Amino acid sequence: MSNVPNELKYTKTHEWVRTESDGSITVGITDHAQELLGDMVFVELPETDATYTSGDDCAVVESVKAASDIYCPISGEITSVNEDLADAPETINTDPYDTGWLFKLTPEDSGEVDELLDAEAYLELIAEEDH
Amino acid sequence: MSPEFTSGIKSNQLIFEHSATGRTNGAQMVEDVASASEIPEGLLRKTPPMLPEVSEMDAVRHYTRLSQKNFSIDTQFYPLGSCTMKHNPRACNTLALLPGFLGRHPLAPERFGQGVMACLWELQEILKDVTGMTAVSLSPMAGAQGEFAGVAMIRAYHDANNTSGNKSERSEIICPDAAHGTNPATATMCGYKVREIPTNTDGDIDVEALKEVVGPQTAGIMLTNPSTLGVFDRRIKEIAQIVHDAGGLLYYDGANLNAILGKVKPGDMGFDVIHMNLHKTFSTPHGGGGPGAGPVGVSERLKPFMPIPVVGKDVVGKDEGSFRWLTETDLPQSIGRLSAHMGNTGVLIRAYVYALLLGREGMVRTADYATLNANYLMARLAQAGFDMALPSRRATHEFILTLKRQAKDQGVTAMDFATRLLDYGFHAPTTYFPLIVPECLLIEPTETESKETLDAFADVMKTIQEEADANPELLKDAPYTLPVRRLDDVKAARELNLKYSPAKD
Repeated sequence: MSNVPNELKYTKTHEWVRTESDGSITVGITDHAQELLGDMVFVELPETDATYTSGDDCAVVESVKAASDIYCPISGEITSVNEDLADAPETINTDPYDTGWLFKLTPEDSGEVDELLDAEAYLELIAEEDH
Repeated sequence: MSPEFTSGIKSNQLIFEHSATGRTNGAQMVEDVASASEIPEGLLRKTPPMLPEVSEMDAVRHYTRLSQKNFSIDTQFYPLGSCTMKHNPRACNTLALLPGFLGRHPLAPERFGQGVMACLWELQEILKDVTGMTAVSLSPMAGAQGEFAGVAMIRAYHDANNTSGNKSERSEIICPDAAHGTNPATATMCGYKVREIPTNTDGDIDVEALKEVVGPQTAGIMLTNPSTLGVFDRRIKEIAQIVHDAGGLLYYDGANLNAILGKVKPGDMGFDVIHMNLHKTFSTPHGGGGPGAGPVGVSERLKPFMPIPVVGKDVVGKDEGSFRWLTETDLPQSIGRLSAHMGNTGVLIRAYVYALLLGREGMVRTADYATLNANYLMARLAQAGFDMALPSRRATHEFILTLKRQAKDQGVTAMDFATRLLDYGFHAPTTYFPLIVPECLLIEPTETESKETLDAFADVMKTIQEEADANPELLKDAPYTLPVRRLDDVKAARELNLKYSPAKD
């Protein structure tokens, strides 16, 4: 069973979102998503300072099976990206919720986070998809 | 003797590793190679190029051994879904090698090329007829180039019809989530933003989702019908209506044309532009990089934008009945040239011969047997206990089997089944595509396989399942019988290195 931490928020497209103490947002892909995609071989991250509306495709993760778009979960401006992934994309497989994060952003409206799925709802979603 | 040795020579060596300094072809022959001594000193290389020095016999043996390691349609059943790996009739090859075709210079005057131009003109007519389009250009040199030409024509059409005189503001191309990866790639290459729409659980496009994304920003939609899920989209007329009402155009990806050849015409479904993969449907050799051929067919409104050259036939005047190249003069709004001359003419001639060998009735039979073979094999595999991705639907020319249950319960994946098939002498089906079906095998047997071959494949799949039941670990290490064992695809992707470097002394 995939690991779905309680303290995070989730999207239907399998990104996770964490609100940091300074109000910024960290984004990655879930354990379930990395399991489905398999071994990561390449990651294309957004430019710092770029702004996205929620639902925009803003990054790409490529595994041995497929290249998949990553959708920006919250509207906002990218403040930093995980540069370490360029040399070690496999970090997304081994540690998706911590050192395998993708990018950080400053949200336009932090209220948007509340509209995302909580852990329970996300678990339901992946159970449903499993049928 | 270790199995990696054949005839006393290591069979996995590179040609460079056969090299011996100073070894040339024909050591016993009279030396009459021109001397390089007249080349000025300053123009000579300081170090010789790093090329292998081998005899002709070394080179022949090396490449013959390599060819013997191939899996190919000439040696094995090759059910690679979406690729239509059918038999290539030898007659097509023989006739394309006639000196009149082979020796014609592409810049020779038209009056000396009337024969080859007549064949190409007839091929245009045949493809027009079988797809229901108004005109065909043969010039794109592969499927991907055909796609590029198709979407470039959509852009040219919108720009030409923008009443403000500026470039069109239509900025989006819609692609279903089951699309071939080349579709969104083509749209992006042509400067469009891709809008993805989902597929419903029956395998048809989600029409409600389409209605939500379509609008004045829509340039067009790219579809494959039958889709990559191996089913015919039943609401195609409605989809065409929705996109056309919004002012968008419909693009038909011809990858799966084999299923409907002579039965249903993309033109009748409402498509405005289509590319055909002659190397799939029209049986020209493919695999290993081509060459392919990707002619495009268009509806009346896209005709002015076709890539040039197109073969034209004069119908009046003193040149009545003669053929000529239509170029910028005839098609001033053309998107331009895609190759220096006339596409991959040698491939086009093979497709032309194939079309004539089949005739109108043969094309219908092609679709009949392509779909019969797929449905028979699907039924055999379902009987053997395998799960189909869309059990309620009739397959077209291909179908999808999902090993999700086996992956969950036994820990064996689609890749494990695929590699184990190689041990039994079958090329693996397409794996992990389409992306929306987990642990899938996309299986396309084509019309040229016999019932015996299909039965043998189904039996082997059953045997592999029994192996998985008894000892799943066996599958994880497959293949066992090939020149190389399981490849490390992660390392290959992360640390790609195709350059030979000599071993350090």
